[in-house]
Amino acid sequence: MEAAAATLVTGLVLGGMYALVAIGLTLQYGVARIMNLAYGEFVVAAAFAALWLFTSLGVSPLIGLALVMPLAFLANWAIYRIFLTPLVRRAPNAGALETDSILATFGLLFVVQGVMLALFGGAYQSYSYLSIPVEIFGATITANRLVALGFAAVIGGGLWFLLTHTRTGTAVRAVAVNPAAAPLVGIDMARTAALAFAAGGAVVASGGVLVSTFLTFNAAMGVVFTMKALVVVIMGGVGNLMGCLVAGLLLGLTETLVASFVDPGLTLAATYGLFLTILIARPAGLFGVAAR
Amino acid sequence: MKKDITRRGLGLGASALVLAAPAVRAQTAAPTAVKIGYAVSKTGPNAGGTAVSITPNYQLWVRNVNATGGLRLGDRRAPIEVVEYDDRSSSEDAVRAIERLVNQDKVDLILAPWGTALNLAIGPVMNRAGYPQIAVNAVTDRAPDLGRRWPNSFWFLGTSAEYAAGLVELLSKQREAGLIGNNIAMVSVADGFGIDLVNAARPALQRAGFRASYDRTYPVGTQDMAPILAEAARSNPDAFIAFSYPPDTLAITEQARVSGFNPKMFYVGVGTAFPLFKERFGANAEGVMGIGGWQADSPRVQEYMRQHKELVGREPDRWGSSVCYASLEMLQQAIERVGRIDRPAIIRELQTGTFDTILGPMKLEGNVRREQWVVGQWQNGEFMAVAPAAKAGARPPVLPKPAWRST
Repeated sequence: MEAAAATLVTGLVLGGMYALVAIGLTLQYGVARIMNLAYGEFVVAAAFAALWLFTSLGVSPLIGLALVMPLAFLANWAIYRIFLTPLVRRAPNAGALETDSILATFGLLFVVQGVMLALFGGAYQSYSYLSIPVEIFGATITANRLVALGFAAVIGGGLWFLLTHTRTGTAVRAVAVNPAAAPLVGIDMARTAALAFAAGGAVVASGGVLVSTFLTFNAAMGVVFTMKALVVVIMGGVGNLMGCLVAGLLLGLTETLVASFVDPGLTLAATYGLFLTILIARPAGLFGVAAR
Repeated sequence: MKKDITRRGLGLGASALVLAAPAVRAQTAAPTAVKIGYAVSKTGPNAGGTAVSITPNYQLWVRNVNATGGLRLGDRRAPIEVVEYDDRSSSEDAVRAIERLVNQDKVDLILAPWGTALNLAIGPVMNRAGYPQIAVNAVTDRAPDLGRRWPNSFWFLGTSAEYAAGLVELLSKQREAGLIGNNIAMVSVADGFGIDLVNAARPALQRAGFRASYDRTYPVGTQDMAPILAEAARSNPDAFIAFSYPPDTLAITEQARVSGFNPKMFYVGVGTAFPLFKERFGANAEGVMGIGGWQADSPRVQEYMRQHKELVGREPDRWGSSVCYASLEMLQQAIERVGRIDRPAIIRELQTGTFDTILGPMKLEGNVRREQWVVGQWQNGEFMAVAPAAKAGARPPVLPKPAWRST
């Protein structure tokens, strides 16, 4: 019984991390309609920023968050305004924009990766921050993972509040649900999309900073995060915050349960099995727009 | 071409073309520079390994050779000029890059990429073109066969069977000394090297009378080791073995430390020998065993360490790096003994000669380097070689492993 409880806790913590890493993508893809293939690179870039702040300047990653998130917001705003707005303008429909953005961000992936390689080299990086064991229901978890989970909850909750209780947030949701009709009710599409993309970027950066406290990473590892985030976002329903959270937790729980009680070798199979089952039952994802 | 290309000393390029002419002519028309090419993984999944064990050593060697005026060809010295590509960790790109180095850049010699898969991929091309292939960072059980099939290929890190055998021998000795019992917990990454190692270790452990009460594999990129370690700890093993990749090695060690899982012997895979491991775990690295190891007290190894730190800004890893540098010293001595860029003669010299390297005298048998360190242990801040015990310079392993400290 205690083993089962411990497994649940471990699974939820892992799932929280998946959700955190995916929330940014759901904003960028669901609202700004930019399928950002360089997503994982931004996660890793934020991780490097945290590493540099921590090892060179002695700045704690949690304070680092306060620096990295606004910076990432501005950088992503600029990327959207300068680099992606021309694509948005000339795209005749959402499908064309998706294709264009995939190609453009695929290029961006190599630029960001190249810059990181030039600055930090290709070697593995890892640092020790808050790796103190904490015991919860018989599961021993490091404090850094718990802190990451806590921040994921705060960031996710904060975003949810902003999206549901503010005018801007409502506009963002309107764009996510029906991009064609949103301008008819006076929503500034370009501004809302840029805002969503930048906010997504800031959340990505927070994910990268938090993940860097307990994962070993290198400049080439971005694609791992892009893939995981994509699975979570599609499984949860594109553009849906709650879906992202539920899908992330489901994924973490499945992996941990399978690793503990079946065989660690089958975690990948279980992940994609779950992914397929959900997509067959609800093609638009758990909380997908079409299923509403 | 999407690849990036770095050329040093473009001005020398034209005259270096002379080298493409048959060796007989190279003898008479003395070359001004020796063109050495390599395609290594600067991006993609192999970038981590490449940046640790390959690129710094290639750069250090070229710097050291050029600092003395270059390679000694007969009575003159020819500086090294480098042509460098990124193979993006892809076999197709690696093969294309080698073909380009051979046919278009017409380099004199080619240095190998990191990893078994890429070395196997470029093997046929290197063989056809007749270039020596010093596959320094590759571990494969087929190394002896490959050395026969491609007589131009040289395999430096041995076979996975050797690593498994060395580990089991160490375990048996500790059991004889009464330090551990029969109960083993073992995990391995479900990918090339992990699979090879565990497949070699299972029968070897069984023959030696050990019982693997927990034996599981996990997929590459597993980000949470908690469930696996919890299960392994539940089997209450005397020794824990993980045939893991660098990110997993760090994650497993971290999880073991955090959960207080402290078996009498704790062995983790690739990455234990990285300086990052020591930086990350500090005093907690003490007593941890892993793949590799070196004789840290040798003055030549210390000098190599100093130069590496000076050039790259960090310490080398304690497994592949020094072997990589030693293989380049061998190549240099082979070239200088031949006295010209005559690839068949250089290959013959590498096959038969004995060379003086930072790791001591080195000689290949059937194109394979025998007798290498297979298990190392962190002892007083250094990753000392502990197995095979019969090899000169082996340190006795320290067991039981000290308890994890809280940091």
